[in-house]
Amino acid sequence: MNRAPANGAVGPPDRRIPALPLAVGLAAALLLSLVCGVAFGFSGIGLPRVLRLLGAGLTGGRLEADEAAAYAIVWEIRLPRTVLAAVVGAGLAATGVAVQALVRNALADPFVLGISSGAAVGANAVLLFGAFASLGVWAVSASAFGSALVAMALVYLAARTAYGLTPLRLVLTGTALSHGFAATTTLMVFAADRGEAARSAMMWLLGSLGGATWGSVPIAAGTVLAGLAHLGCAAGRLDGLAMGDETSAALGVDPDRLRRELFVVTAAVTGTVVAVSGAIGFVGLLVPHLARMLVGAAHRRVLLVAPLAGALLLVWVDIASRTLLAPAELPVGVFTAVLGVPVFLLMMRRRGHAFGGRS
Amino acid sequence: MTGPSGPADPTAAQDLDVDTVSVELAGARLVHEVSLAAAAGQVVGLVGPNGSGKSTLLRCVYRVLKPAGGAVRLAGDDLHALSARASARRVAALTQEHSAEFDFTVAEVVAMGRLPHRRGFGAPADGDRERCAEALRKVRAGHLAERGFLSLSGGEKQRVLFARALVQEPRLLVLDEPTNHLDIAHQLEVLALAREAGPTVLTALHDLNLAAGHCDLLYVLRAGRIVASGPPREVLRPALLAEVFGVRATPVRHPGTGAVQLLFDRLDPSAPLDRSPGA
Repeated sequence: MNRAPANGAVGPPDRRIPALPLAVGLAAALLLSLVCGVAFGFSGIGLPRVLRLLGAGLTGGRLEADEAAAYAIVWEIRLPRTVLAAVVGAGLAATGVAVQALVRNALADPFVLGISSGAAVGANAVLLFGAFASLGVWAVSASAFGSALVAMALVYLAARTAYGLTPLRLVLTGTALSHGFAATTTLMVFAADRGEAARSAMMWLLGSLGGATWGSVPIAAGTVLAGLAHLGCAAGRLDGLAMGDETSAALGVDPDRLRRELFVVTAAVTGTVVAVSGAIGFVGLLVPHLARMLVGAAHRRVLLVAPLAGALLLVWVDIASRTLLAPAELPVGVFTAVLGVPVFLLMMRRRGHAFGGRS
Repeated sequence: MTGPSGPADPTAAQDLDVDTVSVELAGARLVHEVSLAAAAGQVVGLVGPNGSGKSTLLRCVYRVLKPAGGAVRLAGDDLHALSARASARRVAALTQEHSAEFDFTVAEVVAMGRLPHRRGFGAPADGDRERCAEALRKVRAGHLAERGFLSLSGGEKQRVLFARALVQEPRLLVLDEPTNHLDIAHQLEVLALAREAGPTVLTALHDLNLAAGHCDLLYVLRAGRIVASGPPREVLRPALLAEVFGVRATPVRHPGTGAVQLLFDRLDPSAPLDRSPGA
């Protein structure tokens, strides 16, 4: 009875790392990286001075007269941007975990399923045409959230069959519709006929944190934290759902209800994140995978580690995107793709069994 | 040796009461007003050819499907009127679903059985770990605890899922072909374990000899309807088997134990149907 694994491809779980110490380590690294995010940039300010300026801002200390410009760069440009990078990274990683459990497929993320590009349509409608102006500062987020929900519903409805969702149908449908959404965004950019529109479209399609201000931090951080809290509470039920609809029902988790819940959470977080950063790919796909490789599949642990790892990754990707070719700035999505594609291929080769429809 | 006991005392309170249940799927009625009952602790078998509605009826009992008519009651409670969680504290199921995309460890898979018993954040409660380890030992899979579920053989998976159903501490255990993928020793073992575990058991079985040897009562389903029921020896008569399963059954006596076993042959379509009761 004690047979060896059929293909030897399955790594023994004893390589797993305890989740709690790992999370503490990641949190510490994230804190350090936030400081680095503020310190690194085109205008060299120097770490000691950055620390002093951060301290001055926090404690209300006095500034030298010639420090006003540096203070503005640190507090009004780099800090909100770095904080937002962390928030976006955490949000993308968490929604990646949620979507993968939702469709029971490790190949899924909000980007692959077209949710990100759908949200970008809504965000652009506001930015380019001033739609939903009555909603004020909430207009972009609300519109991105709404269109993320619509995009997700479209993908879900188009992909489902009488016998439920098959992973392949979902990925194909998501890919097709995300091209449609991207085309819609491009069309809107042309129709808007404004000088900056083309640049803005690039940002939406590849992602950038260049537009970050303190104004966008509270909404994004609030939504992401609320989404994380909700998913954390649902961790046990996510385990059940990941095992299959029948199993889930037998364990007292109504799979359809949980899916609807995940729909709303994913759309809200993706919509908000896309509204502030554009559609950044690969983070939601890679980070959950890396987290599972490190701490195993139990969602209680994955949801502890993945958001921290996502935040850490995006802070550094953002640093790279604005320092490597400074003063020019590269889209964040270029770096996530440069990192993501090889890592993804490597993982697929190593853990091929987890991607097929093996039953 | 856990032989079938006599017919249930009709005056005893029924634990499981499937009351004129009909089930529809995509507009088609697959189960027609089926009634069956089991007393507490009884092992009740559901037999019938492929497509006769066994799994559909079981899925209605463990709440994947809602009945289009009738009710499923356990100790007097209508299961479909309870919350999903409350129902899962009473009913555990070993389904035919084996696929999993994510590589949970065996210990994690078994621990999922405690899900309906958890509160709040769903953190494992005191004693959960002990319960899970004990259930794994019971199905002789204790050594697999730290293995990845996906790396197990079909039989090992089945035993682990059985352990998960046990830690759910159900009043009713629903088993859908529990002996699938198991070698003969483990087939006998799983059915013996189901009886020892204590809850009322409702199980679909393909192997009629296993069903006869391990069930107190059998219900025979054909095309979504119960066509026979009772103690196995009264139900599994060659005439009925020829009619329902389309096979020629020959009862033989085990030379050692004296238990009756059935041998099966294809019905010769040209030969006249022998409707006389078994020799």
